[in-house]
Amino acid sequence: MIEAQGLTKRYGKTLAVDNLTFSVTPGKVTGFLGPNGAGKSTSMRMMLGLDNPTAGQVRIGGKRYHDLDHPLRTVGALLDARWVHPNRSAKAHLAWMAKSNKISPRRVDEVLDIVGLSSVANKRAGGFSLGMSQRLGIAAALLGDPEVLLFDEPVNGLDPEGILWIRKFMHRLASEGRTVFVSSHLLSEMALTATELVVIGKGKLISQTTTDDFVARASENSVKVRSPQLAVLRGALEGASATITDSDDGILVSGLDSDKIGEIAMEQGAVLHELSPQRGSLEQAFMQITGDSVEYHADLETEAQQALAPTAN
Amino acid sequence: MTLLAVERIKLLSTRSPWWCAIVALVVTTGFTALIVGNASEDFPATVATTQFGYNFGLAVIMVLAALAITTEYRFGTIRTTFQAVPNRGAALVAKTTVIGLLALVIGEITAFACYGISLLLQPEADLALNSTADWINVAGVGVLYGLAAVIAVAVGILVRHSAGAISLLMIYSLAVEGLVQLIPNIGDDIYKWLPFNVANKFLMGDGTSNGSRAADAGMPLSTSPLSPGWALAYFAAFAAVLLAAAVVTAKKRDA
Repeated sequence: MIEAQGLTKRYGKTLAVDNLTFSVTPGKVTGFLGPNGAGKSTSMRMMLGLDNPTAGQVRIGGKRYHDLDHPLRTVGALLDARWVHPNRSAKAHLAWMAKSNKISPRRVDEVLDIVGLSSVANKRAGGFSLGMSQRLGIAAALLGDPEVLLFDEPVNGLDPEGILWIRKFMHRLASEGRTVFVSSHLLSEMALTATELVVIGKGKLISQTTTDDFVARASENSVKVRSPQLAVLRGALEGASATITDSDDGILVSGLDSDKIGEIAMEQGAVLHELSPQRGSLEQAFMQITGDSVEYHADLETEAQQALAPTAN
Repeated sequence: MTLLAVERIKLLSTRSPWWCAIVALVVTTGFTALIVGNASEDFPATVATTQFGYNFGLAVIMVLAALAITTEYRFGTIRTTFQAVPNRGAALVAKTTVIGLLALVIGEITAFACYGISLLLQPEADLALNSTADWINVAGVGVLYGLAAVIAVAVGILVRHSAGAISLLMIYSLAVEGLVQLIPNIGDDIYKWLPFNVANKFLMGDGTSNGSRAADAGMPLSTSPLSPGWALAYFAAFAAVLLAAAVVTAKKRDA
């Protein structure tokens, strides 16, 4: 259980994290979603007592991080896989961490085995690929068999196999009843990994909901309809208080689901050539909700239109 | 004790401390061999002569000590450390203790290696350790290295960058103190109280360990008015204050 209350971090004039209040519950993977520069990493560093909040606090299992006895046994974290001395072996890196929290040295071999690094345990960590470093970071997070796990952008730079492995791994950790909090700027990744979402933009909380709700709320669901009797159908649908917009060779209906539209078409005796529910892409949804809260905003819409213009017709 | 063990694992699981120890030993004994080997009637070998090279080793030790902490900032392992041990003061003091002890051991080995090589090169010379001053001159080198390591760690914590910390330490200990003497009127009075000058007083005292050798043929003696005992206390206090300042700063800062 992680509870953040009024968490705020100010760097000079910039408010990196602005009065964040949210909670993360055990037994689920909770995603921490926001565009780059939204304050995700800063928030996570404050959770671990690395950065001092300007205001507010984070409690983990009811305690502040500083008050935890042997914190690695309560909270495991992977904030940056490169936080390893390049000339130290993977095993030595884990050995000192284990020692500092009175964790048995046998556990070092165990976690190396869990992440599949046993064969390179005595190799210098500086020679590891990004995927291997990420695994070492996860081994370090698991070292104290903690109740709470924090991961900052764990799939960044990984190949598909690595991504799949981490995703499954997090589900397993959550199914064991642990609190898993994982940040990402990719909603598509979060949609597959997390069941709950804490969404922030420019340091502010945008929403805390389930992933399904967030996606449903964000993407305006519409149904594409093609029919030779469009005029008849349009009148009937408008009568059923649907909103209609024209699309290339048909209409887009929102406010009614495809079942209802099919029934109306049947009543009107209209032939349907297409009746397909459209789901907005997750990225669209994300953009729509985080909107102007992106810190470094490129004018994507215009740019995309310009790029697509020659191929559109 | 746990924290000391942690820092021991960290320090000895990388290679740079070993290299620094070897360099300190080789450079210092090599320099000593040159001095003592070339001793003559006019410039006889004395107990003090065997330790003239200690400044070389001192520089290497301070590099070792500064690197031990600045590489933690460089590679981000300081964050992992504070994550594992949220009590930053305890973590940093444990680290300093381990590095200080290692420096002490390297210092003693170096000092007695220099003394031993001198005995081999000049078996005829009067190199017997038969006074407190003689003993301090040799065995005190380790103590000096240990305290200098504490100073270097403290500077490393404050500066956080390897290059910055090392250049600051080297420029200060090798140049700044000596140059202060050039300030008219007050220069000498300030110099009397500068830490590395005072540390030299602890080691060399009033030059009795330099025996019959002419005073102007040896290393310049310290101008500190303190007794060797108080000189050591002064140097240790300087190291302690610097470390305390560093720890307070590290606690306040974001890691």
